[in-house]
Amino acid sequence: MITKQELGVLGDLAQLSLDPESRDSTLRAINEVLELVAIMNTAECEGVKPLAHPLEAEQLLRSDKVTEVNQVAKFSQAAPLFKEGLYLVPKVIE
Amino acid sequence: MNIPTGWQIDIGLEIHAQLNTKSKIFSGASTLFGSEPNSQASAVDLALPGVLPVVNEAVYAKAVRFGLGVSADISRVSAFDRKNYFYPDLPKGYQITQMDLPIVSGGHIDILLEDSTEKRIRITRAHLEEDAGKSLHEAFDRYTGIDLNRAGTPLLEIVSEPDIKSAFEAVAYARKIHQLVTYLNICDGDMSQGSLRFDANVSVRREDSDTLGVRTETKNLNSFRFLERAIYYETVRQIDRLEAGRSVAQETRLYDHNKDETRPMRSKETATDYRYFPEPDLLPVIITDETIAKIKAEMPELPTQRQQRFIEDFNLAATDAALLANDRNLADYFEATIKNSQDPILSANWIKVELLGHLNRDAVSITDSPVSAIQLGDLVALIQAGTISGKIAKDVFAALWTGETSSAATYIEQHDLHQLSDPSALEPLIFDILKANPKQLEQLRSGKDKLMGFFVGQVMKQTQGKANPQEVNNIIKRLLQETV
Repeated sequence: MITKQELGVLGDLAQLSLDPESRDSTLRAINEVLELVAIMNTAECEGVKPLAHPLEAEQLLRSDKVTEVNQVAKFSQAAPLFKEGLYLVPKVIE
Repeated sequence: MNIPTGWQIDIGLEIHAQLNTKSKIFSGASTLFGSEPNSQASAVDLALPGVLPVVNEAVYAKAVRFGLGVSADISRVSAFDRKNYFYPDLPKGYQITQMDLPIVSGGHIDILLEDSTEKRIRITRAHLEEDAGKSLHEAFDRYTGIDLNRAGTPLLEIVSEPDIKSAFEAVAYARKIHQLVTYLNICDGDMSQGSLRFDANVSVRREDSDTLGVRTETKNLNSFRFLERAIYYETVRQIDRLEAGRSVAQETRLYDHNKDETRPMRSKETATDYRYFPEPDLLPVIITDETIAKIKAEMPELPTQRQQRFIEDFNLAATDAALLANDRNLADYFEATIKNSQDPILSANWIKVELLGHLNRDAVSITDSPVSAIQLGDLVALIQAGTISGKIAKDVFAALWTGETSSAATYIEQHDLHQLSDPSALEPLIFDILKANPKQLEQLRSGKDKLMGFFVGQVMKQTQGKANPQEVNNIIKRLLQETV
């Protein structure tokens, strides 16, 4: 179970802004999921290998070849701002 | 370096080695360095809707090679996870990495300490992941420019246990990793292009404490020097704070080499902040025993094995063998030289003294040496055959270095530099020199052997270095027994 405060932290981490009206219902929904997880955590799974993926298949690998061509002219058209070969975003600096 | 006494330091290193594949880890875009910005960013690298990653098999082969090189366990089943964080040069909003099932677990590297004893540094794990793009903050006033050419470049992150106890040990370990990844040909090791980057986790504790102190992580150190300085600064800073009764915050820091200090980069973070979860777009990767056996069979010779071979096969001194085997490119150069010279010991001496001297003086790497291994091999063969003296050979080497000539033999012909070894030509000349220096001759006769060097020097001077010093020695000794 998480608290209202923890919900706020999670929202910040996920870069999501939650409007105040929906906070209670979101908290309830998340806690319902966590309750289900808590039930699942009680299942006896001694000796059961952790599952990395639900499909019983293995990853196919590709050979190390360059197959892509320069498509910057096309891709840059979809960008809100593109200048001197760079995609521009509002200034971020640490 | 003066670290206050009464403290012990615990350092763990995370080393990001850029794997030298042609294409990226999850896309077929090129990894070539220095291309036009964003010209090598495919739809996958840009995280456009609907794209799916496909794993490059070469990154797995290279990671397995590393694991075998450090005697680690290779996971038969490994899987990828998502590490979530927000930054514009990470278009997906998460990095694909390996959290729970890394390809390499365990292993170790042995380093040489200042007192020449060996110390084992344990490796926790090595996992595969993708690199992010680059953010350029300076070029525009209100914007940050994003170049995604590097996004998706394969990285092998090598994580050590906190077995490292000083900046010296950290650098020794980092150098060993650099040597290993270049020997294994899994990374070009070019630190100026960011091919190997270090994150240093540093903490300090009282000497009698069994509990590790609070650690800071100094990120993105791209030279051995910066690694050493950052650890030193961070160690002293933490001890100063604790001795003043203050605490150390767990945080990520950056090293500013202009100010020679570290400063906070991000607020406190914990592993759970990244909200790792299994990457649903990729299935687990299975590596069979057969594949591992095949990679093992193709493993190149490692530095210590090569060093041993140089001692056994070529009779090199242990220190010379270690020096030459230390760098794969230098070792390759040496072996290419002796193909032509047929004289390993003389070749090793010439590489050690003349070649490395010139490379250091002009800050040139062995791969960019203006004198090729073939040229040096030819030159050493000419010395060995007695065609030229060692002194003249230095002039010929200088001419090869500056590009004045491309062939030692041609240069010797053009400048008539053949060694004078004919006694009938040397004897009259030596006779005259002995006669002209009666005082020194008397001292030589009375047993002052040092004077032999004086006379040989005089002969060399008169012949412009062309006389064969061994022959000159023989003639002087003979003449001394005769009536001079």
